[in-house]
Amino acid sequence: MGFAMPAFAALIVVFGLVRRVPVFDCFLQGAREGLVTLYRIAPTVMGLVFAVKLLQSGGAVEALCNLLQPAADALGFPKEVVPMALLRPVSGSGASALLLSVFDECGPDSFAGRVASVLAGSSETTFYAVAMYYGSVGVKHIRHTLVAAVAADVTAFAVSVVTVRLFFG
Amino acid sequence: MLNYIWSALVAVAVLCAVVFGNTRELSDAVVNSGAAAVELLLTMAGVMCLWSGIMRIAQESGFTRILARIFAPLLGLLFPGLDKNSEAFGSITMNVSANLLGLGNTATPFGLKAMRELSLINGGSDTAGDAMIVFVVMNTASMQLLPTMLGTLRQSKGSKAPFEILVPVWISSACALAVALVIALGLNRIRRGRVTWDLRCRRLRR
Repeated sequence: MGFAMPAFAALIVVFGLVRRVPVFDCFLQGAREGLVTLYRIAPTVMGLVFAVKLLQSGGAVEALCNLLQPAADALGFPKEVVPMALLRPVSGSGASALLLSVFDECGPDSFAGRVASVLAGSSETTFYAVAMYYGSVGVKHIRHTLVAAVAADVTAFAVSVVTVRLFFG
Repeated sequence: MLNYIWSALVAVAVLCAVVFGNTRELSDAVVNSGAAAVELLLTMAGVMCLWSGIMRIAQESGFTRILARIFAPLLGLLFPGLDKNSEAFGSITMNVSANLLGLGNTATPFGLKAMRELSLINGGSDTAGDAMIVFVVMNTASMQLLPTMLGTLRQSKGSKAPFEILVPVWISSACALAVALVIALGLNRIRRGRVTWDLRCRRLRR
């Protein structure tokens, strides 16, 4: 599967050659557009990384986890997974690091390890995506985007526990 | 909206640091976050340039049109009112295909391009259009068919069956995506006024 990315790129380039498209000229033009896009999202990324780093280092994530512990227990959500579930919507790399710590702590084939895996596989970095995509085109009023996106995350949390229970007893 | 969320995040972070006495770590983070962001951007820069270039070839050669034809029936339902031959539709199909293949880094440049084209259709307004909302919400849910990264991480930590979680992941992803799309499309309709109008008519009739 690690081969998918280069294969995908090669497929498109060969297809372009077959169709007699000036492949490299097109590539350069597109790459230039890519840089422009990057330039547009740079401030958004800076702002988000800043906020996430502050939240992690100041102990806010930890405090929120302690706060949510009773609720998590009541719902049968493994407490080891709570920090990862909270960080998942804002930071992909942060969530990956916490996923690994769950594996270290409980093992990847434990209940908590499996729930963490399913959650990691079925959710995305919601806030990051919302801020980046809208920031890139200067949209300020995002209407009901967050309602729908957060509902999806909550669904993933709930369903991951249920499916792990169903599949692995 | 984002203004409030961002300021709330920063305020909460600082407040917590003061309460828990982590102010030293906090000031370190302030200094380090800039470097971390630049590092992230530089990593992205290479990927962005490469895939935006490839995307251009895909567009000029008609590759996106073929993909669009395959996905058109399904995506047409999610983006009513969007011309299936438009560049925006082509970029959306490329984004979805890359997401399904698990090429997250590839999907982002296509997604950003789609947003730019949707913004043009939307007249460059600073209020999100219906299609934009559906598209962004789709990208906040996972569409990956084979979570290779997850499998690798599990294996590296000694899992006996790294991919045993595959079916639960699909079920959970599908549920989350369905909820996101139903809410986005539903609220699009309501907020456009159709449903409110119906309700008002019904109330008047009573």
